[in-house]
Amino acid sequence: MNQPLLVTASQKAGPRLSLAIGTVVVLLLLALPLLSLLPADHALQVSAYTLTLVGKILCYAIVALALDLVWGYAGLLSLGHGLFFALGGYAMGMYLMRQAAGDGLPGFMTFLSWTELPWYWAGTQHFAWALCLVVLAPGLLALVFGFFAFRSRIKGVYFSIMTQALTFAGMLLFFRNETGFGGNNGFTSFRTILGFDIAAQGTRAVLFLLTVGLLLASLYLCWRLTTSKFGRLLTAVRDAENRLMFCGYDPRGFKLLVWVLSAVLCGLAGALYVPQVGIINPSEMSPTNSIEAAVWVALGGRGTLIGPLLGAGLVNGMKSWFTVAFPEYWLFFLGALFILVTLYLPKGVVGLLKKRSQP
Amino acid sequence: MLRLLLTLLLMLPLASQASEGEFFLSAKPAEQARLLEGWAAQPDAARLGLLENLRQGRIAEGDTRKVRLNNRLRGLIDNALASHQLLSDNNDARLAAAQQLQKSAQPAQMAFLDRRFANEADPAVHAALGLALANLQLGAGEPAVRLAAVRLLGETGDPVARTRLEALLQPGVESDAGVRTAAETSLAQVKRKLLVGELLGQAFSGLSLGSILLLAALGLAITFGLLGVINMAHGEMLMLGAYSTYMVQVLLQRYAPGAIEFYPLIALPVAFAVSAGVGMALERTVIRHLYGRPLETLLATWGISLILIQAIRLIFGAQNVEVSNPAWLSGGVQLLPNLVLPYNRLVIIGFALAVVLLTWLLLNRTRLGLNVRAVTQNRNMAACCGVSTGRVDMLAFGLGSGIAGLGGVALSQVGNVGPDLGQSYIIDSFLVVVLGGVGQLAGSLWAAFGLGIANKLLEPQIGAVLGKILILALIILFIQKRPQGLFALKGRVID
Repeated sequence: MNQPLLVTASQKAGPRLSLAIGTVVVLLLLALPLLSLLPADHALQVSAYTLTLVGKILCYAIVALALDLVWGYAGLLSLGHGLFFALGGYAMGMYLMRQAAGDGLPGFMTFLSWTELPWYWAGTQHFAWALCLVVLAPGLLALVFGFFAFRSRIKGVYFSIMTQALTFAGMLLFFRNETGFGGNNGFTSFRTILGFDIAAQGTRAVLFLLTVGLLLASLYLCWRLTTSKFGRLLTAVRDAENRLMFCGYDPRGFKLLVWVLSAVLCGLAGALYVPQVGIINPSEMSPTNSIEAAVWVALGGRGTLIGPLLGAGLVNGMKSWFTVAFPEYWLFFLGALFILVTLYLPKGVVGLLKKRSQP
Repeated sequence: MLRLLLTLLLMLPLASQASEGEFFLSAKPAEQARLLEGWAAQPDAARLGLLENLRQGRIAEGDTRKVRLNNRLRGLIDNALASHQLLSDNNDARLAAAQQLQKSAQPAQMAFLDRRFANEADPAVHAALGLALANLQLGAGEPAVRLAAVRLLGETGDPVARTRLEALLQPGVESDAGVRTAAETSLAQVKRKLLVGELLGQAFSGLSLGSILLLAALGLAITFGLLGVINMAHGEMLMLGAYSTYMVQVLLQRYAPGAIEFYPLIALPVAFAVSAGVGMALERTVIRHLYGRPLETLLATWGISLILIQAIRLIFGAQNVEVSNPAWLSGGVQLLPNLVLPYNRLVIIGFALAVVLLTWLLLNRTRLGLNVRAVTQNRNMAACCGVSTGRVDMLAFGLGSGIAGLGGVALSQVGNVGPDLGQSYIIDSFLVVVLGGVGQLAGSLWAAFGLGIANKLLEPQIGAVLGKILILALIILFIQKRPQGLFALKGRVID
């Protein structure tokens, strides 16, 4: 047996242990923000850096889950999920910029000597409308794109390329100063959210708890979806779309629904990411980011719900360690990860763990 | 005795030139300016050498005394020199001189220019001289002369003429009503001609972009058609080709400086070999194991591209490397006053078409091409007939990568060569493949040139970024009508 000890152990233990581990992880995540509120000299105190890092990774985990929903279950590999993530982030960022600017214009606009807000900024000073935008902006874009894409039955690599071109176009658009989203600096130097100081430990802790909550909620939603008849239909779309059509189903509606849902989840994740990390700029939309999300899902295991979360945690954990320790070799490592996972781990880490329990 | 006299006679102009130089040297700046203006109005072929020397800041070659010049004097010297060069026998020299005079001619030179204009035989120089003359006549006293000048300006398509005419139409400049209306019609004429030049220029840069896209997308279309996989590392094959060009340039500079003029030609086979070799190695080691799983191939090749980019960055540094144009690729042909076609872009368009032709011949007239087409159409049936599909895959992948390497050589002549070179072309070349359909050279050809020209025509109207987004939207709409691209292979296979 040349497998790692941990793998062998968990294979033997079966689902009960997995459930136990899951509960422990969730409890730990819930405890983390509370520990961060402890005084700075306390032994168990969690630094703001760690809290932000874990919060960031949790947001990425939601993106991975959303991507897995369309890729792992419906077979649509999107290389443009970064766009939806960034759109949600920008919607939240608009509100935060208005909070920081008070009654005046956001700083970058006065710098461009604009005198009034563009029309699409209207109402962003209200938190409720900003939340609506977080859902509407990625949702509507996904709806329009998906409607046309699925209508003409674009699938496979064609679909991947179109989504990649979409996020690339979005990045170019947001890089322009005239678009009214701060050009290549994006939004930064936020001050308050709903009147609370955004850098305060309490606010951070609440945002973190919200992220954990969103993650659990989307996990539950995806679980309910994929175990229902709808989930079986999605797998059928993935495996044999034509045969499904011959059975009398119209797959377009199902694909569109899951596609929009996935985009909205990404938008929500982006909206929680921005106040925690404190910056959003167009590089979030770069095709590189979106395709990196695909490797999180691939490493964790497609078509499972835990896999993407695991993958996002593993890759981003390694990334933050690597980019500090060996910044020059991170890309080598990431590239090798892409190749090795696709060649030797087609079912991801979860597949490796499951291998024993299903002989 | 007679011979001595003749020699003396021959030396006379030289002597007079020398004395003019001495005179110039000893004169005060104001007198020097007057002298130059006089020379410009009445040129003498013998004075050419002196003026050329004056431009260098001396009165004769080998003379160590420096002539002090200010900017005004320098301008006057240039003007006088141009005036003298009009007497030259060389058409190009006269043309350059006439173009200089368009900017700098003084009213005193009008009589001389008039004479030259009447005697000029070369049409290009004639037109340029006419423009220079018209520029001068705009300041003339009689309205009739100005009217003629305005009409003459209207017949050229020169940006200078437009600024002159626009200046004339400013309120309070021109008093005569007839001249003003003539200037308005002339301005409209000039603008129309300039617009033609601009549109042609945009179409040309579109063709140029299209030829580069074609080189980038051709190999991609072949491998995609054959294997059904998208090679995300294809852009890096372009980059490898460009870096091979750079290496060839550096090596030739060091070991065979004589052949440096022709380094792009030497780089072609090198780049093809490097890219094709890397491509075949990738096919054998990675891609072969992923057949039937196109999405995974996409991710794995993306990983390969990351590794290649970072490797190049570590070896050559993150900065762009310098690849220079050889002399025969620099410069360009001037078709219209505002339309210059650079040689390097012309050569690349021709080169791209030649590569398409060669690829077509290879695919349609050789055994390998027959096999490639057979495997593209029906892999299992081809295997049954005894085609070694694995070998065909490898060779076709090598061919596709090699073509990208050739594209890299071309790119190195028009753009920057850096580690991220491939990334900037990969999405556009994917769109070419999507638009053009799979496995069809004609589709790639039309799609590449169509996208290139659409890009460049939209760019000045609505900006580069919005143009790109609009094109993307158009492609998505286009695919609604023709899901398989412009030119689709018709088949009855369904899964």
